[in-house]
Amino acid sequence: MTSTTLTGSKPAAWKLSQFDGKLFGSAIKTVVVPFAGILVFLMLWSVAAQNIDTSLGKFPGPAAVWEQFDALYQEHSRSREKEAAFYERQRERNAKRVVDDPSYQPKIRDYTGKETFIDQVFTSLVTVMSGFLLAATIAIPLGIATGLSRTLNSAINPVVQVFKPVSPLAWLPLVTMVVSAVYTSTDPLVAKSFLNSMFTVTLCCLWPMVINTAVGVAGIDDDLVNVSKVLRLPPLKHVQKIVLPASVPMIFTGMRLSLGVAWMVLIAAEMLAQNPGLGKFVWDEFQNGSSDSLARIMAAVLVIGFIGFLLDRAMLQLQKLVSWDRDSVTH
Amino acid sequence: MSVLLDISHIDMEFPTPKGSFTALRDVNLQIKKGEFVSLIGHSGCGKSTVLNVVAGLYGATRGGVILNGKEVTEPGPERAVVFQNHSLLPWLSAYENVELAVKQVFGKIKTRAEMREWIEHNLQLVHMGHAMHRRPAEISGGMKQRVGIARALAMQPKVLLMDEPFGALDALTRAHMQDSLMEIQAELNNTVIMITHDVDEAVLLSDRIVMMTNGPAATIGETLDIYLERPRNRLELADDPHYNQYRARVLKFLHERHGGHKPKTAKVSMEKNIEFDNKSVEHAA
Ligand SMILES: Nc1ncnc2c1ncn2[C@@H]1O[C@H](COP(=O)(O)OP(=O)(O)O)[C@@H](O)[C@H]1O
Ligand SMILES: [Mg+2]
Repeated sequence: MTSTTLTGSKPAAWKLSQFDGKLFGSAIKTVVVPFAGILVFLMLWSVAAQNIDTSLGKFPGPAAVWEQFDALYQEHSRSREKEAAFYERQRERNAKRVVDDPSYQPKIRDYTGKETFIDQVFTSLVTVMSGFLLAATIAIPLGIATGLSRTLNSAINPVVQVFKPVSPLAWLPLVTMVVSAVYTSTDPLVAKSFLNSMFTVTLCCLWPMVINTAVGVAGIDDDLVNVSKVLRLPPLKHVQKIVLPASVPMIFTGMRLSLGVAWMVLIAAEMLAQNPGLGKFVWDEFQNGSSDSLARIMAAVLVIGFIGFLLDRAMLQLQKLVSWDRDSVTH
Repeated sequence: MSVLLDISHIDMEFPTPKGSFTALRDVNLQIKKGEFVSLIGHSGCGKSTVLNVVAGLYGATRGGVILNGKEVTEPGPERAVVFQNHSLLPWLSAYENVELAVKQVFGKIKTRAEMREWIEHNLQLVHMGHAMHRRPAEISGGMKQRVGIARALAMQPKVLLMDEPFGALDALTRAHMQDSLMEIQAELNNTVIMITHDVDEAVLLSDRIVMMTNGPAATIGETLDIYLERPRNRLELADDPHYNQYRARVLKFLHERHGGHKPKTAKVSMEKNIEFDNKSVEHAA
């Protein structure tokens, strides 16, 4: 049970931070210490970067990366300006043609500029959320059924245990081939590459949710189950009134784990399969091999990490919002 | 009066890894309508098992339970249970906990307004009217137990089953709860089976005390009818010779050897609250 080892390690960490709090005072602990930690990290990074030579020049330090953040943002603004200008030109042209010829039906062509870094970030976010939500809609009902039925649990457990450790890189070729074979619409609603990364994400983040939901459901207090029996709640009502609320804390633990996995998997999938998104950005820069490439990749690394962190915080807030058991919500 | 609940010669065997374990042998008990019966015995003798068979949560290996002429085959709200550790749904308020039961039992009979009135009435009956909308985590242990009782009463059960309902409460709270329960009983005259290991509680509340021998293969050792006039008052009863005789009878039964094990002696505390040290009894087993 991965979930128990995961949650099991938490109280110890929590106790430790409480102990720190007594020594330093909470203001120092929440502001000064993390700030100092970041400063030390930046210094070490700076020093280390100066001493690493690559075929593309020196490893980028914090300053070089900061420069690239600015450059990436400038590129994005310029691209947006171009896009706006492109549509503006079309509008003017169409307006003119309509004046000349009132029967003319104006057409708007889409702008097809290169995706900027910020566009890639949004593509990645949309992909990861789609894959994750698809996984959740499969995994949570499956986990509930597995937790309720011992027979089903015995049947599903081996499959879950075998698929859980599979790397996304192994799934990707299979997903790509299947999507190509099955998804053959001439006017596709979404791109194949989007489906490839989405399904790969789904396959990898199903399992933590299935396992945690099942453990949560199987661990419901016997007394609460007895209450349900005495009331003769019908099966669906039993799930709705007792099982779901009782296992919400565990379901959310699984969802947080899964979302973390999903984000990691997505970057790898995009890189390997040339699917649009942050992973492809990293890969393109690597192939590009200009003197700025490493700094741009490093900027992407920081953004990837920061988004991963924000996703986790968002799940935590959501968990706090829906959970009746405040104590079960840990950082 | 005629028999409402017939616990007819039940045996209970549990399958265990070391073979089958006989918890109960030939437990036979008939209860009349409106009777308040206490089950008393040492920890682990099989009191909860009897209650769970009556509730329908366990199926007896031999014999059976007949309620109102019908055999009990599954749990149901006409045999409402008050569990030892309240068993309220922690994500629902006191009101919503009772509501879940009321909707399930009366959803097709009562209107919404009637149901709301009935829920509030039952919460007021257990003196929880002022804290109806608090969640279990926000109220004391005694209050939780009150809500548990309100939930069970709200089902209008034919038999009310209570498994050490006040076992986890401090002495003062427990005394309050016992008084409340007597008030409610005077008003509703329910048929009740209550498990306890508190001798005073048993004598104070019951019309009849059923004493169980120690397990394995526990059975009913002795029953004692309590002819004390109601309403009963704990302070007046303290000096009542009959009351003290009843206490002595139960205590004597519990001190003596019954069944396979030799029970440890009971602790008698200063305020005449007799309880048994669960741990020492289990060590002896
Ligand atoms: N589900 C069960 N499976 C196996 N043994 C059980 C089960 N329930 C109770 N027992 C055993 O039956 C005996 C009586 O238990 P119980 O009825 O809970 O005692 P009491 O309520 O009097 O303290 C104990 O020895 C207990 O271990
Ligand atoms: Mg018990």
